[in-house]
Amino acid sequence: MLKTFRKGGVHPLANKFSAKKPVEILPLPQQVTIPISQHIGAPATPVVAKGDKVLVGQVIAKSSGFVSANIHSSVSGTVESIIPALDSSGYQKSAIVISVEGDEWLPEIDREDILKKDFSLSAEAIIAKINEAGIVGLGGATFPSHVKLSVPKGKKADVLIINGVECEPYLTSDHRLMLEKGDEIMVGILLLMKALGVERALVGIENNKPDAIANLRQKASNYKGIEVHALKVKYPQGGEKQLIKALINREVPSGNLPIEVGAVVHNVGTAFAVYEAVQKNKPLVERIVTVTGKNLENATNFSVRIGTPISNLINMVGMPECTTKIVNGGPMMGKALLSPNVPVTKGTSGVILFPENDSKRPAEQPSCIRCGKCVSACPMGLEPYLLIRLSQRNMVERMEQERILDCMECGSCSFVCPANLPLLDFIRLGKTDVGAMIRARKK
Amino acid sequence: MSYSIIVYTVLMLSTLGVLLAVILYFVAQKFKVYEDPRIDEVEAVLPGVNCGGCGYPGCRGFAEAFVNADDISTLYCPVGGNDTSVAAATVLGKVAVEQAPMIAVVRCSGSPDHRAKTSNYNGASSCKLATSLYAGDTGCQYGCLGLGDCVAVCNFDAIHIDEETGLPVVDEDKCTACGACITACPKSIIELRKKGPKGKRIFVSCVNKDKGGVAKKSCEVACIGCGKCVKACPFDAIVLENFLAYIDYDKCKLCRKCVEVCPTGSILELNFPLRKEKVEEVKQTEKTE
Repeated sequence: MLKTFRKGGVHPLANKFSAKKPVEILPLPQQVTIPISQHIGAPATPVVAKGDKVLVGQVIAKSSGFVSANIHSSVSGTVESIIPALDSSGYQKSAIVISVEGDEWLPEIDREDILKKDFSLSAEAIIAKINEAGIVGLGGATFPSHVKLSVPKGKKADVLIINGVECEPYLTSDHRLMLEKGDEIMVGILLLMKALGVERALVGIENNKPDAIANLRQKASNYKGIEVHALKVKYPQGGEKQLIKALINREVPSGNLPIEVGAVVHNVGTAFAVYEAVQKNKPLVERIVTVTGKNLENATNFSVRIGTPISNLINMVGMPECTTKIVNGGPMMGKALLSPNVPVTKGTSGVILFPENDSKRPAEQPSCIRCGKCVSACPMGLEPYLLIRLSQRNMVERMEQERILDCMECGSCSFVCPANLPLLDFIRLGKTDVGAMIRARKK
Repeated sequence: MSYSIIVYTVLMLSTLGVLLAVILYFVAQKFKVYEDPRIDEVEAVLPGVNCGGCGYPGCRGFAEAFVNADDISTLYCPVGGNDTSVAAATVLGKVAVEQAPMIAVVRCSGSPDHRAKTSNYNGASSCKLATSLYAGDTGCQYGCLGLGDCVAVCNFDAIHIDEETGLPVVDEDKCTACGACITACPKSIIELRKKGPKGKRIFVSCVNKDKGGVAKKSCEVACIGCGKCVKACPFDAIVLENFLAYIDYDKCKLCRKCVEVCPTGSILELNFPLRKEKVEEVKQTEKTE
């Protein structure tokens, strides 16, 4: 009997077209646009000026607080300007534009493809290196990793959980990484374990990736304390709280972080980035992005430098004529792009091209008949049909009582709703209202 | 069956009724809350729509504040206007402070002719929701989304979306300047301005804070922050901040010089008689026709 989480969950079609395609390296773009805010927390402060020459891996914006992350140049060249540039939702956000000249890396970065295992560093030194390298959660949430590793006083972690679930349909970037960089991920996990001071690490992978499970199991047999678990396929198993429930059967109390139950969750992509940062001195300047879609013949995975325009990726695979919507991220949690000219950021896990009939919401939205499907689908045990009403009527305090802030915006409710109600849209709006109320209360 | 049962019952209940009435009377006397009778009188002269435009919870709340206030100059019912102020002040035997009537203006002229669509929004019809998702379906992140949150919130049926331009239009006769649409608009486009003599008013119909080039690219009638109006204004009524001009309605003398110099036509004049040259133009076109 395979493990999984208990409450709710849905089964969207997997559509993992690019699972068999090895990661290709995308040619360097002419110009990169690197936003200074690619993570949750305070935007970084630019430390370069117009006309400066930069190398790959050089810090161009410094972290401006504890919950913030360094930003590094992903190319070598000249800083063109620091301007407000379009982000994925159409707002202008500050970004550093660099024109590409050659591909020169900082000399201290080790670019040889030889597995390195050096565990001599202390926990503090590892966390400092991760902080320095600007690593954020690469599953898509982009929470700065060093914050998660700095366990608050009075709390203790006893297990590290590595998220290789990739429960979003279409996306295969983590899957390919697990197949191609198994050893590196293992070393990364050991480093994370040392940073946290835990003896045990569990890797959770959904059962629809048997090759990745077999590969990591075989690699894990060479290292102490790492177990690989196959999990039943169910969305959203990649949610932190769901994964903890599935793997170690502990329930994170409402409004708390996983550290409350002694667990810390990191993505496999993050583990790989940690390996590169600590062993090879390589900061986070590139990531794997899946480019896929139903009408795309050659859906594939690219290793992309941060700041490359998404249009470059799409041009490489050729955009099908019928495409009417481009989604940044997975189909369940991703956001539609306003323009393909926005850059790839640290959180871009996939680019999905949707044809017209898949991209539109039905015009007619019948009323809610209280069928309760959303309630049984919600993995957090909330009542979406109630929350949408409260949000539409702006009943902020009641929403707080109904634990709206527990919602992780997985979209299961909208997915199952037979009336196609915009449940998640209004819940998300309600969350911002409740957040604003709580902030106002603290003042 | 005797009548005695009926007699006893009636007697019993009557005694009980009288007894309870006496108790209730004394309790009511003991716990009586004094309420200023003038509050009721003031409330009677208020419009009674409970819109909240005055900043108090409904007309009763305003009436209480009005009666208890030492200085009534800061209290004003925008819906009732000066007539109501005078009537309410007379109840208290005070003198009302007259205030210029205000009206809501929509500071965006980005109709589809001027502002090309860059994407199709397909979500729920709510400006507040759309803003939380993305910047808008045109190149301008500041402009009107046209999904009608202001229309939904208006208690007076005074604002409607024009089907041709997709922008909200304020009905001058119905608008009471209660300010509900202003708080409802997530893009802060709607503003309360002085209605002006005979409804004449001039304002910058744009809230785009982008640099001139960027603004012009996304919308033909955007304020590009060129500053020509600031120089042209003889009364120092226009300030330029973040590439956006703003006309101070207290200083503006309605000379219309700024409207003439504006290169993009983002300054609007409302309810003015046609200008000389324009009158001639109109006459000429009428002749040719």
